Amino acid sequence: MKIAMYWGASCGGCDVSLLSLHEKILDLLKEVEIVFWPCAMDFKYEDVEKMEDGSIDICFYNGAIRTEENEKIAKLLRKKSKKMIAYGSCAIEGCVIGLANLYKREEILKEVYSKDVPSEELPEFLPYLKTLEDVVKVDASIPGCPPPSSILEDALNSLLQGKSFGKNVALCDECPRKDSKPDKIEINRIYRWHEKKDSGECFLAQGIICMGPATRAGCKAECITANMPCTGCVGALPKVKESGISMISAIASIIGNKNEEEVINSIKDYVGTFYKYSTAKLLPEGRLKDES
Amino acid sequence: MNFEPKIVAFLCNWCSYAGADLAGVSRFKYPPNVVPIKVMCSGRVDAEFIIDAFRKGADGVLIGGCHPGDCHYVEGNYKARRRVEMMKRLLEEMGINPKRLRIEWISATEGKKFASVVEEFVEEIRRLGPVKK
Repeated sequence: MKIAMYWGASCGGCDVSLLSLHEKILDLLKEVEIVFWPCAMDFKYEDVEKMEDGSIDICFYNGAIRTEENEKIAKLLRKKSKKMIAYGSCAIEGCVIGLANLYKREEILKEVYSKDVPSEELPEFLPYLKTLEDVVKVDASIPGCPPPSSILEDALNSLLQGKSFGKNVALCDECPRKDSKPDKIEINRIYRWHEKKDSGECFLAQGIICMGPATRAGCKAECITANMPCTGCVGALPKVKESGISMISAIASIIGNKNEEEVINSIKDYVGTFYKYSTAKLLPEGRLKDES
Repeated sequence: MNFEPKIVAFLCNWCSYAGADLAGVSRFKYPPNVVPIKVMCSGRVDAEFIIDAFRKGADGVLIGGCHPGDCHYVEGNYKARRRVEMMKRLLEEMGINPKRLRIEWISATEGKKFASVVEEFVEEIRRLGPVKK
């Protein structure tokens, strides 16, 4: 079986995440042949162009579409691959770099280069960040930032056997703090996680925003096991459109009546809190200009 | 061409929808720009409904519920109030004017109030124009 892995606009964490399979990667390598993986081995785009159409069995595309080059290679790989997999949160819903859609292209370039943007032979910086499925047809996605080993293992095994994968329950279902969740949660003050001494109970019951209820299970609650609230990198459950908006509805329902205005005002960054990984889905064509 | 605002109004079954009904029965005049959608309680209006309305081309969203303390389901309208406040902040960060989202308490006897709220809201949205992309 021939596989390829490519990075678009990404941090490189997804490429490294394959190694989190540890010694199981040796079993994987027995079954597959890597034909293209620029992060790990020396390949050129010409090599891919010379391949026959559909000759790659599975292509893992990580990273979002931010430059002309990302888009061109995504289309090229789509043509050469039987199955195109969006690998990691960036390719699926834009992830943290998708927050750039809150700003205009010119603002970003000015912030980064302060003077003139070098123009020599550089691929064009697109007006806004796109996800992989905005550009090509995607057959499946492996979520996470980067995909945690438990999701990855399940996904790779299922893909090699041609089966579907992924759990249909929220993260709370596999949360180690599940039993400490009271029957009725009431939030009268919201804390950022560093502002409060962790009591070891359910984060929401402590007044710390945890995206667990709106996030798909599968990662074995890695962050919560390390005493950090969930920020939602795995994304929404299959029947939910957006995890951010469902979490806003949920939080609104559990804020206490006493000082609700104060609580609502104390959340400083709504897009960054609830749409940390999916701003590219919320604002596919950048921020709107409807002020005044 | 003149801009005619499109407004989606989610009205609760027990108070605001009955209020809108009364406005009709009493033959109060109000602009025809509102599309009322009956929900059992203003607390049923998920934040997703609001964002969906804007995505599908609404220029404004009005939510009508029972007066505080009068909710048929005890505290549904408080949930709606908090949801609207949170959504206003999200809309602002998205670049949508938060004035396009409004929540009003209209009881079953306040047909007059329904008519005047709609009139006021339509005028305000008319002034703002369509959502600028």
